[in-house]
Amino acid sequence: MSERYEVRFSGSGGQGLILAGVIFAEAATIFDKINAVQSQSYGPEARGGASKSEVIISDRPIDFPKARAIDLQLSLTQESCTKYYKDIKDTGTLLVDEDFVKDIPKGKFKVISMPIIRTASEEIGKAFVANIVALGAITALTGKVTIASVEKAVLSRVPKGTEELNKKALKAGYDMAKTKMN
Amino acid sequence: MGTLKLLQGNEACAEGALYAGCTFFAGYPITPSTEVAEYLSRRLPLIGGAFIQMEDEIAAMGAVIGASLAGKKSLTATSGPGFSLKQENMGFGMLCEVPCVIVDVMRGGPSTGVPTGPSQSDIMQCKWGTHGDHPVICLTPGYVQEIFSETVRAFNLSERYRTPVIVAFDEIIGHMREKIEIPDKGVLEVENRKRPTCSPAEYKPFDETKGDVPPVADFFSGYRQHITGLNHHSDGFPVNAHPRIHTDEQRLIRKVEGNRKDIIRYETFMLEDAEVAIFAYGVSGRSGKNAVEQARAAGIKAGLFRPLTIWPFPEDEVAALASRVRAIVVPELSLGQIIFEVERCAKGKCRVEGIYRVDGDPITPEQIFDKIKEVK
Repeated sequence: MSERYEVRFSGSGGQGLILAGVIFAEAATIFDKINAVQSQSYGPEARGGASKSEVIISDRPIDFPKARAIDLQLSLTQESCTKYYKDIKDTGTLLVDEDFVKDIPKGKFKVISMPIIRTASEEIGKAFVANIVALGAITALTGKVTIASVEKAVLSRVPKGTEELNKKALKAGYDMAKTKMN
Repeated sequence: MGTLKLLQGNEACAEGALYAGCTFFAGYPITPSTEVAEYLSRRLPLIGGAFIQMEDEIAAMGAVIGASLAGKKSLTATSGPGFSLKQENMGFGMLCEVPCVIVDVMRGGPSTGVPTGPSQSDIMQCKWGTHGDHPVICLTPGYVQEIFSETVRAFNLSERYRTPVIVAFDEIIGHMREKIEIPDKGVLEVENRKRPTCSPAEYKPFDETKGDVPPVADFFSGYRQHITGLNHHSDGFPVNAHPRIHTDEQRLIRKVEGNRKDIIRYETFMLEDAEVAIFAYGVSGRSGKNAVEQARAAGIKAGLFRPLTIWPFPEDEVAALASRVRAIVVPELSLGQIIFEVERCAKGKCRVEGIYRVDGDPITPEQIFDKIKEVK
């Protein structure tokens, strides 16, 4: 099933990763008009705990909605990385936050480490846009959804008054990942 | 062309209710159903409808019944523990023939269980949760688009048969997002209950001489109404130890069982020449479809029967299937519930094998494919 592409956003509850997954799926389905489904899994706590949001992209109808052979996984925390990395394909990629994930799990998959949270807090000035920095990086690494569509989807979902901040965050993540890919 | 949106199953359910003409929601928030309430709390006031968060699920079910008796299409949404609490009032709605829709987004149980985990373990409660003999219509959509259309259908069936209708799906499809098209007004049929054409003096709310589904007047419309949870005469007043109780209860059951052809809906996938059939609904039905594809690719003739109406149970269809396949595989997110119905209808004519899972993850296509290989 090579036409199926699976992305998992993982981290801690409250980091906005479910929203990042929703935006990514919206960019794919509504703006780029390709098939995608987004699902999520989280515990009863409002903050903390390992949380994940998954987006499946496919050129065929998507029946099974959960990820089980992951092409790209983002992990913003050590706990989520350790808990969820086992589903990453040998040919897949693990994208981690370089300050918060120190213990990189062993596997055949490729590992990319980037200062996602630091970029949000220091370069953009707001730690809460870390999810959008990550989304920018994921857009670059997957190459499945256009950055223009992701930007449109971001702007349709974020609170009024934060548009410029979020556009900057998206671009910062996208550019940083592009550099890593070269 | 309607409106394209990326929506959660729960949001699609709320959109379906609005499309069907629902103007009243009463509920009490509970994961994983809360988004249905949240969405309608924003939307209903904008169209002159009403949203009430009640003190608990019991009261919410009571409010829904009251609003429906006043003539409004009414909805409540809940999950496991809340669904248990609603059961007595649901029975009241069934005996008093009150059209309304109850959504149960199933999570792990019993008791508080796993609030954020998926389940299909309320499916027997949907049928037998309230006491006494009673008619039940329960729909089980599996895709976000279907949650929309089946919610519309649930309202239509509740109006047509003057009875509560349950829409049951699991946490995964309640919370997952898919692209859906919300059709323009008028594309899907929207039905309204039959109201009396006779004079108020002649009106009886349970007049069986008017057919199995007697017309019902709205409260405060000048027609006299008497509503009681006691078995009642055609004028609504209580009856005790009387042959009418037997015939009236038969009528209630007949409203649903006698209209199976109209109510039962299902999807089949590659079932025509299948030697192994999968019987699955909701998220398990989605896995079932992928398992059939895997089996076919491996040269095994497998097919899927995916019920959209689980109650009344598609008895004739399952019986016919059992007489022509070698085995029916029943994956469900419980420790085995709907399999009993499949076994009952199969009457030993083929093997019936279950796959059960209650650890918070869905049954995967691979799990079903493995079982197909085992029974082929």
